[in-house]
Amino acid sequence: MKFTKLTALALSTAICAPAAFAADMADEMTIVSWGGAYSHSQQMAYHEPYMAKTGVKIINDESSNEAVAKLRAMNEAGNVTWDVVDVVAADAMRLCDEGLAMEIDPDTMLAPAPDGTSAADDFGELLVSECFIPQIVYSTTFGYRTDLVGDTPPTSVCDVFDLEGYPGKRALEKRPINNMEWALLCDGVPKAEVYDVLETPEGQERALAKLDTIKDSVIWWSAGADTPQLLADGEVVMGSTYNGRLFSVIEEQDQPVAMLWDAQVFDLDGWIIPAGLSEERKARALDYIMFATDTQRLADQAKYISYGPARKSSAPLVGKHEELGIEMAPHMPTDPENAKNTFLYNYEFWADYRDDIDAKFQAWLAK
Amino acid sequence: MSDTTDTGPVLAADGTPLKRSLARALRRQKLRALMLIAPLLLFVLLTFILPIVDMLFRSVENQIVSETLPKTVVELRDWDASSGELPGEAVFAALAADMKVAVEEKTHTRLGSRLNYEKTGMSSLFRKSGRKVKRWDLVEDAPFKEKFIDIDKDWGDIEVWRTIQTYSPKLTNGYFLNSVDMQKGVDGAEARPENQQIYITLFGRTLFMSLMITGSCILLAYPVAWILANLPSRTANMLMILVLLPFWTSLLVRTSAWKVMLQQQGVINDVLVWLGLVADDSRLVMINNQFGTIVAMTHILLPFMILPMYSVMQTIAPTYLRAAKSLGATNWTAFWRVYFPQSVPGIGAGSILVFILAIGYYITPEIVGGTKGVFISNRIAYHISSSLNWGLAAALGTILLAVVLILYWAYDKIVGIDNVKLG
Repeated sequence: MKFTKLTALALSTAICAPAAFAADMADEMTIVSWGGAYSHSQQMAYHEPYMAKTGVKIINDESSNEAVAKLRAMNEAGNVTWDVVDVVAADAMRLCDEGLAMEIDPDTMLAPAPDGTSAADDFGELLVSECFIPQIVYSTTFGYRTDLVGDTPPTSVCDVFDLEGYPGKRALEKRPINNMEWALLCDGVPKAEVYDVLETPEGQERALAKLDTIKDSVIWWSAGADTPQLLADGEVVMGSTYNGRLFSVIEEQDQPVAMLWDAQVFDLDGWIIPAGLSEERKARALDYIMFATDTQRLADQAKYISYGPARKSSAPLVGKHEELGIEMAPHMPTDPENAKNTFLYNYEFWADYRDDIDAKFQAWLAK
Repeated sequence: MSDTTDTGPVLAADGTPLKRSLARALRRQKLRALMLIAPLLLFVLLTFILPIVDMLFRSVENQIVSETLPKTVVELRDWDASSGELPGEAVFAALAADMKVAVEEKTHTRLGSRLNYEKTGMSSLFRKSGRKVKRWDLVEDAPFKEKFIDIDKDWGDIEVWRTIQTYSPKLTNGYFLNSVDMQKGVDGAEARPENQQIYITLFGRTLFMSLMITGSCILLAYPVAWILANLPSRTANMLMILVLLPFWTSLLVRTSAWKVMLQQQGVINDVLVWLGLVADDSRLVMINNQFGTIVAMTHILLPFMILPMYSVMQTIAPTYLRAAKSLGATNWTAFWRVYFPQSVPGIGAGSILVFILAIGYYITPEIVGGTKGVFISNRIAYHISSSLNWGLAAALGTILLAVVLILYWAYDKIVGIDNVKLG
């Protein structure tokens, strides 16, 4: 397969040439993330202090969206130019499965909590994959226009399916994940049994049938910025998106929008280190990870964006928003007031069923 | 003497036959020409042809199964899936040995993801089994059949084994079957369940909408190109800037602008409501459907139609029209019989450009297409960057490429490719 390697090399040098030169130089590292407000929060909470402490220059690359595909191409070419990559947990799991991410030992590679609790216990069940170092807990939840819902604002996720009580369009993500769960939940399936039902073809049909009842009133989004824009324009009465996006619509842009935390789905975002780095670069990446995922740093990030730190020990340290000066704790998805009814993204289930259910979901959408 | 000169070969000055000597000179000339374009040829070959061929090859490549499970694949060859019985202990022992090596090299989860495209549940089956197999001893822990079924009852499922057996060969047509809504069943290819059929619909829709877009581009571009070609050059140049300005603007900006224009709380609907043409509660739905995609893409691709038309129309001498009219033709006859046939090469060039660009578009349909206005390229992009099913993406891409080539060939047969001019 020399030929494959050759072409892959040609391809990836064409794509990643600027980063490739940077990575070869000493004391520089390329960190990949999502861009926008999220990268800003990482820059302030992690990168700046780390650069000040070590003198290492951090280069930001905003490719997390295509990180999995790009890492695979780089790996085939044998020329990985990224040092640390920010991905969602499901992608981390896939990268781990594909052998594209390095396995992490939380006891030796991550900092313990200030009170001595080991990192493994501090992160707890959020260490969902051997290669994944959790950073934040975010949630996918609904926001609604306060001026378009009348006197009785929605209180339950099932109000999304109530076209008579809340007429108008809704924004839902153009993929089965989360939508199928909400549909079953509102079709009367108890929360504990949702995935057992969704495993069966009948259960999948049932979820799609429930979504069918609102299909004509749905605008399907594929980028996280879509729903906030649709809400701000008044195109939709309610829509799902990431809680941090809704926070900025509500608090920073002052739009008449409110959060519906009911049945929010927790998901994790965090770091992976690509497999196949040189010893020198690996050591540097691990050093960064050790620093950037300690208790204080994770709490610091919450000053800039409303995502919950992944360590239990960070929660009490969450303070006020750096620019708005408002208390951040009540805006965290993990706040007890918001987390009365929640889901945790079922990684194992979706790793198995994603291809199958996605095929059915897309066929249903195209009908 | 005279006999030999008549029948023998004509000789060149150095005594070799003239024919050969000429051929050699010609070859040398060709070689020199080839050397001149060699850098470009090499560049195109390395950065364009090879990657494409490599990507296309992935649509049939399937080495991963036999590379990860070499012994199992051999043992499994004689097993008959239709017998209704699980494979014997020999196969399970081979699987244990293969898995042990695979876990060592961390390739078992990769195989799991690959097979999960064919059968749901394979991904976690391999991940889970890998963790257990790591601790086994190949000699002491035998027999393995019960142990595997203990890890996960799926190892006792004949379908799992049938999938492994079906995808054992190094090459597969599975991806291509999948791209035309079929699958490998017990007796060869069969149609997929109806609730999973999507690709044929998408191919059809992509072709239909690309034709619609090309058609509306022709209708809109023809008068514009005509005006541009017939105005004095100073005014024409000014107007030309209006055509080129959107051409230089980012695709995303133009697509987003259409979103602002077409959405229900958008500019057009607001104006219609203000004029009283449309009631406030029944605003028109003009986006997130086929209409939105066609409007936005027609706008984006319009310059590709206007420019070739314009350059062809510029070369049509106005004297022809005058001559036709002086011979008694009406305006319409003069246009239809004299002017239009001469402008056809421009329409042909523009149509090919627009159609081929349209068929591969995916950003605009993704943003304004909703569910009914997306193209096959959106699914290709999804499989490349999201589901990582590059084999399927390659198969879909190959089919799309083949369709374009067939259409190009048909166009050549019907209209003639010589009849296309860019100026």
